[in-house]
Amino acid sequence: MKILVQDAAFDAGAELNDFTIAQSNMGAVVSFTGIVRDLDAGLKQMDIEHYPGMTERALEKIASDAMGRWNLGDVLVIHRFGALKPEDVIMMVATASKHRKDAFEAADFLMDFLKSRAPFWKKEQTGAAQDWVNSKQEDEDALTRWE
Amino acid sequence: MNVLYFAWVRERIGVPKEQIDTSAATVMDLVEELRAREERYALAFSDISALRVAVDQDLSDFDTSLEGVCEIAFFPPMTGG
Repeated sequence: MKILVQDAAFDAGAELNDFTIAQSNMGAVVSFTGIVRDLDAGLKQMDIEHYPGMTERALEKIASDAMGRWNLGDVLVIHRFGALKPEDVIMMVATASKHRKDAFEAADFLMDFLKSRAPFWKKEQTGAAQDWVNSKQEDEDALTRWE
Repeated sequence: MNVLYFAWVRERIGVPKEQIDTSAATVMDLVEELRAREERYALAFSDISALRVAVDQDLSDFDTSLEGVCEIAFFPPMTGG
């Protein structure tokens, strides 16, 4: 299990390659990469605040829960904080398993919990305006799938 | 006790962290104490349903006991991923 919380940019492709090469006897690797989007073409910057200490604990718990629930060889989670621009990579997860279903489901689970159970808060700057991104009810509802 | 604030809760209260001497028995008791203290706290804590709380870095409920607790954090619902 590798959990990284950092302000520095990272190369998601290189991380995925390293993760894949490090596996032995695994038949499947699934990954998800989150990117800063600019749907209204007005986003200048996204600031991500987090709770040092709790963030790492929460991510480790989510990853451990996934390891306990599915038959996984390994889990990778990288999440950035600080000032990001549109099209910057925010975060990634990768899972490895013997068969693809475990890796797919575990990656989906990790993302659902990362959304609303890891202490990150996004603030969007559009021109002169700054607004905290509101949590969505659908993100909260998504967790019930895993009960 | 260390009390931490994040995102708009931090902005409304004006500090990221402070040391508070309290005899509050639960999180909710502490919230009531802070609300009574100053307008900025009353504003930040006006709608508890819009807030989440972590007690010693674990997501918790507002009726959680503060006995033996070192750190408490208030923040809006998280928006990771």
